[in-house]
Amino acid sequence: MFDWIAGLAAWELLALEPPGWGGVLLKGLAVSLQVAVGGYLLGFLIGVGGATGKLYGGPILRDLLDVYTTLVRAVPELVLILLLYYAGTDALNQIMILFGAERVDISGLAAGIFVIGVVQGAYQTEVLRGAFKAVPHGETEAARAYGMSPLQVLRRITLPGMLPHAVPGLSNLWLIATKDTALLAVVGVAELTLVTRQAGGTTKSYFLFFCAAGLLYLMVTLLSNVVIRRIERYARRGMPAVR
Amino acid sequence: MIPETRRWNEPHRLVLMAIAIAIVLFAAYNMRWDWLPRYSGKLVSGVGTTLWLLFLTSVLGFLLAVPLGLAQAAGPVWLSAPARAFCTVIRGTPLLLQLWLLYYGLGSLFAYWPEIRQSWAWPYLRSAWPYGVLALTMSFAGYEGEVMRGAFAGVPKGELEAARAYGMSPWTSFRRIWLPRAIHRALPTLAGETVLQLKATPLVATITVVDVYAIISRVRQDTYLTYEPLLLLALIYMLLTGVLVLAFRWLEAKVPVKGG
Repeated sequence: MFDWIAGLAAWELLALEPPGWGGVLLKGLAVSLQVAVGGYLLGFLIGVGGATGKLYGGPILRDLLDVYTTLVRAVPELVLILLLYYAGTDALNQIMILFGAERVDISGLAAGIFVIGVVQGAYQTEVLRGAFKAVPHGETEAARAYGMSPLQVLRRITLPGMLPHAVPGLSNLWLIATKDTALLAVVGVAELTLVTRQAGGTTKSYFLFFCAAGLLYLMVTLLSNVVIRRIERYARRGMPAVR
Repeated sequence: MIPETRRWNEPHRLVLMAIAIAIVLFAAYNMRWDWLPRYSGKLVSGVGTTLWLLFLTSVLGFLLAVPLGLAQAAGPVWLSAPARAFCTVIRGTPLLLQLWLLYYGLGSLFAYWPEIRQSWAWPYLRSAWPYGVLALTMSFAGYEGEVMRGAFAGVPKGELEAARAYGMSPWTSFRRIWLPRAIHRALPTLAGETVLQLKATPLVATITVVDVYAIISRVRQDTYLTYEPLLLLALIYMLLTGVLVLAFRWLEAKVPVKGG
């Protein structure tokens, strides 16, 4: 009857060397973090472009960007990941064939980064757009009146002014990105959640492994929070404290 | 900054709409949709399952979020510390992992227990539905509990003091002043949280709950089609999100905001 307690505390299964699965889990964590960082950075590029387009683009560009952000935010990430995963790899292969090249096998890692990036891009567009708009118009006008070039206005006024408004949203999106990587398990990317399930399936110690993986994810979140708090303090320097 | 006056019948919008309609017509004619009539009944029941799951877990999760928020905002440390830990763990780990931990982990632990295996609850504990409901409920409670903490803490102290000065007992002032004011403050986040919850429901298909996502997965296995079922699925979720957003907008218009 107390077999399950023995199964729960089979710590040797977490050993880093091959009979244990600890090394496999850590490798999965590394893949998850790579996808999260890559997807987040790709999303940031899309977000900067999207926010600029939404604020200063022509009417057609603005409408298309609205369609992009609305669609991505209305459809579950899981469905988007499936769609973009198949559509993305398919499209790339079509292009390769068009140029007379061989079909390529796209690594799960690259496809995952692409998918997370497209999803993050939609949310970051909205966050950055809001932060841009939060900078008082008078400040940029004053800077221009002092004869600053547009780049100087951006560097000296707009970016420092928008940072405190962008940091909370962007840090929230980073935490979401780390957790969204788990969804890539569904398309077979060997990230932390999928390798955990494989480890559990092989050893039948599901509970132990899922708790261990949960702790790893939690550590990522808590460490991120420490860094985020530091960035936030820097971004808000000279401003009245909140909360 | 460009003023945000936009109308639907500006010329470029009409062109964009024509292009969109052309794409839809192209998809309708050139893609395979002959499987649709065969699965329409199942799809409707799948949507029903998704909506029922959304409603049930949102309501249960919100009921759980109120004590979680209250414990964090005003509870003694032996209540607030576990509540805070619960919210941190739920918000710090992926929902898919929590779901699999409950279904595979807890499910396999229960199997070791002869008392449970022979009890009346075993047929339920062997199916996936309770684990899906539990995981989604806890997730909603974790996120909304954090919101409720802020909402409880944000109710002006003067209102609570006034309630005490009128001779209300702590329970009465909680029931009449504190809770309604906190819920009122949390309402605007509720729409967003519910949409997020809708978008989280397809995860339960990975533990064999048959929602609309699972039906579409079966269509994909049966017909070997990649895009058509997934596009339909995306369309279904877009419609559900749209209806949800409109419903909440209607609801928020009903709630008086004076003094809020």
